[in-house]
Parts: sequence; structure tokens; C-alpha cells
Amino acid sequence: MASISSRRLAKELREIQSEGCPVGISLLEANDFAKWLFTIEVMGDSVYQGEVYTLQFRFDSHYPISSPAVQFVVTDGKEAPIHPHVYSNGHICASILGNEWSPVLSVIAVCVTLQSMLASCKKKERPTDNDRYVRNAPENPKKTLFHYDGEHYNFKSTYLQD
Amino acid sequence: MGSDYDISDDDADYYDDEEMMDGTQDDEEGDDDTESADDMDYGDDFKVSTKAKRKPYEVEYESLSQQAVEKLMQRDVDHICGIFGVEPDTASLLLRHSKWNKEKLIENYMDNANSVLVAAGVTLPEPAETSARTHNITSSSQQQSSASRRPATRGSKLLGLASSSKSGVKSPSPPKALSRTPSRKTDEPFVCTICFNDAPDLQTLALDCEHMFCTDCWTDYVMAKVRDESEHSIRCMAEGCALVAPDQFVRTILLAPAGPDTSEEEQAAKEKTWDRLQELFVRHFVACNTNLKFCPYPSCTNTVSCPSAASKSSLTTVVPIVSCGARGIGAQDSASSMSSSQQFVNGLGLKGKEHKFCFGCPIESDHRPVICSVAKMWMKKCRDDSETANWIKSNTKECSQCQSTIEKNGGCNHMTCKKCKHEFCWVCMGPWSEHGTAWYSCNRYDEKTGVDARDAQSKSRASLERYLHYYNRWANHEQSAKLALDLYAKTEKKMEEMQITSALTWIEVQFMKKAVEEVDKCRMTLKWTYAMAYYLAKGNEKDLFEDNQRDLEKAVEDLSELLESPIEAENIPTLRQQVTNKTVYVQKRNEIVLEDTAVGFLEGRWKWNVSVEGFDAPEEA
Ligand SMILES: [Zn+2]
Ligand SMILES: [Zn+2]
Ligand SMILES: [Zn+2]
Ligand SMILES: [Zn+2]
Ligand SMILES: [Zn+2]
Ligand SMILES: [Zn+2]
Repeated sequence: MASISSRRLAKELREIQSEGCPVGISLLEANDFAKWLFTIEVMGDSVYQGEVYTLQFRFDSHYPISSPAVQFVVTDGKEAPIHPHVYSNGHICASILGNEWSPVLSVIAVCVTLQSMLASCKKKERPTDNDRYVRNAPENPKKTLFHYDGEHYNFKSTYLQD
Repeated sequence: MGSDYDISDDDADYYDDEEMMDGTQDDEEGDDDTESADDMDYGDDFKVSTKAKRKPYEVEYESLSQQAVEKLMQRDVDHICGIFGVEPDTASLLLRHSKWNKEKLIENYMDNANSVLVAAGVTLPEPAETSARTHNITSSSQQQSSASRRPATRGSKLLGLASSSKSGVKSPSPPKALSRTPSRKTDEPFVCTICFNDAPDLQTLALDCEHMFCTDCWTDYVMAKVRDESEHSIRCMAEGCALVAPDQFVRTILLAPAGPDTSEEEQAAKEKTWDRLQELFVRHFVACNTNLKFCPYPSCTNTVSCPSAASKSSLTTVVPIVSCGARGIGAQDSASSMSSSQQFVNGLGLKGKEHKFCFGCPIESDHRPVICSVAKMWMKKCRDDSETANWIKSNTKECSQCQSTIEKNGGCNHMTCKKCKHEFCWVCMGPWSEHGTAWYSCNRYDEKTGVDARDAQSKSRASLERYLHYYNRWANHEQSAKLALDLYAKTEKKMEEMQITSALTWIEVQFMKKAVEEVDKCRMTLKWTYAMAYYLAKGNEKDLFEDNQRDLEKAVEDLSELLESPIEAENIPTLRQQVTNKTVYVQKRNEIVLEDTAVGFLEGRWKWNVSVEGFDAPEEA
């Protein structure tokens, strides 16, 4: 029995290859079903004008039942966007990656949500506890249980369509 | 409030995890201190006959099995069913969501039943409410449209039921067959949006929201939530859907009769998951109730009820050490495969130990006589200074007279150098001859060294020395207890042999057992007296405390030494007499320390040199 995770990721990949990614998002690397890389850019007016970030997805065999481990790449000269919910080590505090993850969400849906999260940002700022968090953070952001503050991220998200 | 993230660590405390998960899910209640069931009545079924005479240092408590706690939960569920006229599954969801605070639940439900039902994930919000939220407006997927097509009458139907007082068979939702029809369009083949399986005979399941997924995906999801995330609240898999699966739904997934392609292991894994879920329900109930605490020992599912230690203020006067009644760790601890000496040593060591723990704090051992907040302060101090103090844990030291290396291999602290025959105390390195006299003061720290310190450097050295004095003795008692147990394993073997070679009976060689057990117990008391003395304010009371500490310590060291004396068949009767006498004396000294300290807390006699919550501020700044 082929694992659900590889069947599902194969399906998502086929869809990306045939239909392409939404504007501002492109697939950089997907050599296997363990790690994918995307570039992400905010289109139109925003504080991140002209900046391109790299987003990394890591999947375990329970995907999509369990959420992917998502973070911005901060190696090889790449940096995480300066945002109140993005730590300088690339970890992201977003409910959709934690307790609001749903197995019907897709990789592209996550990309689009994070793109909207950046687009709606008015002021470039790191989380107030950035230093403290980064000092003690686990390697895998899924090991962090973020407590989301007031504003939830219910941005436009795309479902995986058949 | 507080920090807005936590790092989950595999070693992390179970309760922390659960609290965090509950915290992130909870929308309404920010008040964690709500005491949900202070007035909880356990009825007569679970009352354990109260001990005839409780010592001042003992606390009244009772041990409850998982089934006993489930009965308590059932009682609350029945109560809510009766008042609201809902099914038990609905009552369970409501109670879990309101953290088992019945009074608050009833109040909120009477105020606005619909919003309580929605918040608990029992029913869907009214369509109007759905669109008012910023919620996937652009999405045109099946799930969304079916969710917003919910009949508006759902909530009000439930309100109607709420006025009926009889609990029982009434369903809170309309008949399933009726509500399910629109979700599966007959002209379109069904495809599970999670796994993309489109087999025509695909088994599917949906909650009342009609978000339909294949049974395999539901199973994987439930297993992952329960097993990997220790989550007891199983929400619908659709994005943004807050409906929570009722127990019956989860039961169907996990306990339905095995199909032809379900392997035995899969079936067993599902049953195990169901059992784990029941445990999670109990753990959640216990965590919501300040009168209860789950046994922290691995794979133990007992609970202890201790209402007298439920409030924070009570912890300034009592040290609530309790036991769940069980011993050992897990099922692998079956005694049958062990020899009697193994069983005993394990019984004294970690493996077969009684499940003793503190009801008031996370310390998983008996920290009497010192109260929780001071014990915690000490533990933190030791963690912070672990590097400075590391050298103490070493088992070897140099003889102060001839500098040859001496290894400690027993519990006794009276050392004799093999080379130069110098007798000294392992703890303070002073000559042993002084320890037997009335001027014995190995346990006392000479505070004068600190007073003389003028500049910052010597002040900080004095404070380190002071700390090391206490830490050294604290760590030494633990180490000595451990070494004594190791040594005893050898002794016991020897005594078993003697039982065969000489005319001694089994009973006659057992006296050592009781003594070793008592020494272990007293060393734990002594260990914690050093944590207490470190924080006790100077003065008469501290002097008296240290007198009692000294007397116990001396008695323990004497007995310890006796336990290490060479054993020959001829000397057994004398040794037995001596050991028995000293054991009785040690027991008495231990009683005195525990009792006097406990009474001191009740009388408010103890003053600290640091500020401790619930006590007067220390006198000197
Ligand atoms: Zn499926
Ligand atoms: Zn749903
Ligand atoms: Zn236990
Ligand atoms: Zn405690
Ligand atoms: Zn020597
Ligand atoms: Zn000494």
C-alpha cells in the first residue's frame, strides 16, 4: 500500500505542474516527498515590495493528517521576512500550521495564507520575544506550540480541488 | 498572557502539554484558576476508611482507580443530561469544553444555550454568524457551501429540547438519513479530499456538518490526534469547522467490528487508541479539578483526591505527600521472574517503589519536611548552580592527612584511610573523633564566615561556600542512600547463604531489611532538611531545627555504620540486637524531625531568610 502521504503529495505536485502556482509563488524544488521549497513574494503594494523569500516544507509520513513543518529558509544568505509573527530563525507563528491545521489544506493553500499574512503587514517588526525564542527554539518548528494572540489568520485559503 | 509560545519537549511534563492544548482551543475562558468542583461530593462508593490516627506530617487523601474517576465523570454527565435534556455524548462535550465546571456551564447554558453548544463544537453556528466572520469568502468548495447551507433551525431545535427535563434517548440533531442526503451528489462520484481515493465502494463518515471523508482518513486522523498529540477533543477534519466528534462517532471508528482487510495488529492498535482516549478523558477531568491529581508514575492511571491540599494557601502549612497505592513501573515489573532478593532491592530502589508523590507540586518524591514552595526554590537553585556543585557528586576524595585517594563504596560517612588509618567525615573532611561528641556540628554552617566578608568578591565566595555546605550534605544523603542499597544487595546475598550454611532461620536474617529501609527513608528526610535549613532565618528556631537534624543524622550514621560491619554467623545474634535497637531509635528521631517541623508550619513558627509566598518578609534586607 503506497502511503497516503506520497499519494497525496504526488497529486498536489501534478496539480502544481499542470496548473501552475498562484501569482508570486513558485516551486523551487520538489525532488522527493520529504522536503519542498518555494519562493514567495508579495505582489502589489506592501512593505515587502520586491523582496523574495524561500519557504521550506517538510513532510512526515502522516501528512496530510499531520501538518507539514513550514519555515522560511535562513541559510545561504537567505533571510526570513521581518514580520511580527516570523522569528529570525525562520519559524512562523501561524494558527494554520498548528491547531487550525486541517488535512484538507494543501501546500499551496499554506503558501497563499502566508503570502496574505505578509501582504497585510503594515510595519516591519520582529516578534517581541524573538531573541528569547530563537535562543531556545527546537530545530523543527512543529515542536513549538505557539499560542496565537488575538488576531487569527483566517486569510483567503485555497482548497485542494479535484 | 505570559509567553506566547512553549517549546514542546519529549520529556516535558504531561500536564503542561495538555494545558497548552486546552489553552489554544479555548475561546471563552481565560481564567485558569476557576475552581470547578470544590464542592465535589464523592459519595460513599469511593470513601476509603480514614486512618485511625493521622500524624501531623500526614495528609488525608484517597486513591481512585481510573474506573472510579470515570464514575465521577458519569455522575456529572448524568446530572447535565437531566437538566438540559440532552444525550450523554452532548453532555460530555459540553462538560469537557467548560472544563467540568458544572455551575458555570449551567449558568452559561441558561443564558444562551445556542452559543454554548456552538462553542463546545456540538452544533454549527447559524449561517448568519458564519458569514459575519472573515471566513473563506472566496472559496467555492463543496465543504463551504454545504456548511453554509445548514438549516437555520438547528440551534433553535436544541433550545426547544433544553426545556425538556428528561434525559435519555432524544437526539440533539435531526435524523441522520435526512441530513445526509444533500452532501453526496448522486451524479458526481465521491472523492475523499484528503487521500483522493475515489473507489466506488469507499466507506465514508461525516459529522452533522456533513463534511464527508473516507473512513480510513478518519481513522488515521483520530489515531494521530489521540496517540501522537494526546488530544481528546477530535474536531472535524474540514478547515475552519469547529464541530467536535461525539464519543459514539469515535467509537464507531475505533471499535467497529473488523472488516475483512483489517489486520489483527490494526484492530489492536485501534482498541489501544480507544483505551488511551478514555485515559485522556480522565486526565482532562482530573486536571480540571483542583481536588484531584493524576499519578505521575509512568503508565499508571490512578488518581489521588486530596481536597485539604487543593488550595495554594494550604501549601504553606502542609506537605501533601500522597501515594496512589500502586507500586512498580508498568507491566514489565511482574515479580514472578525475580528472586526474592532482587525483588527486595528493586522494592527499595526505583523499580518496585511505591507511587509516592507530592500533591502540591511537581516533585515526584517525598520532600517532607520542607514545604513545596521552598523545595521548588531549592531545586531551582541546584539546577542553576549545577556546574559549581558537580564535583561533589564524585565518589572519590583525597585523604586530608596522606593525600591518597579514597573511594566511597557504602552509605556510611565515617571513613578510614586504608593507608594512614586516619578517621574522618566524608562530608566535612573533619576528623571523625569530633563527630561523636556533644560538639558535633557537621550539619551546621558557620555563618560567621559570611559576616566577616567585606568586599564583593569575598562576599560572593562566602555565599557560594554557604550554598555548598548545604548542597554537599543534601547530595551526600542521596548518594549515601543509593550506595547503601547497592551494598545491601551484596549483604543480603551473603545472609541468604548463611541461612543455608548455619542454623539461622529466614526470620533471623531479615532484620537488616527493615534497617536498610529505615535508613533510606531517613536519609530522604535528612536530604530535605538541608534544603529547609538553607532558607531558614537565623535564630532560636533554626537552632532547634538543626539540633533535631543533628540527632537524626547521628543516629542514621551510627546505624549505617553498623550495617556495614562484617557479618559472620557467630556475631549475628549480637548484631541483630544492636541493629534492631538502633533502627527503633532512628525511627523515633525521624518522627521527631517530621513532627516538629510539621507542627512548626501549623503554628507559623518558621521564618525564612528569603521571601516566600504566604510568609512574612525576611527581617534583614
Ligand atoms: Zn480519505
Ligand atoms: Zn465539519
Ligand atoms: Zn501510580
Ligand atoms: Zn510538594
Ligand atoms: Zn590517609
Ligand atoms: Zn562531618
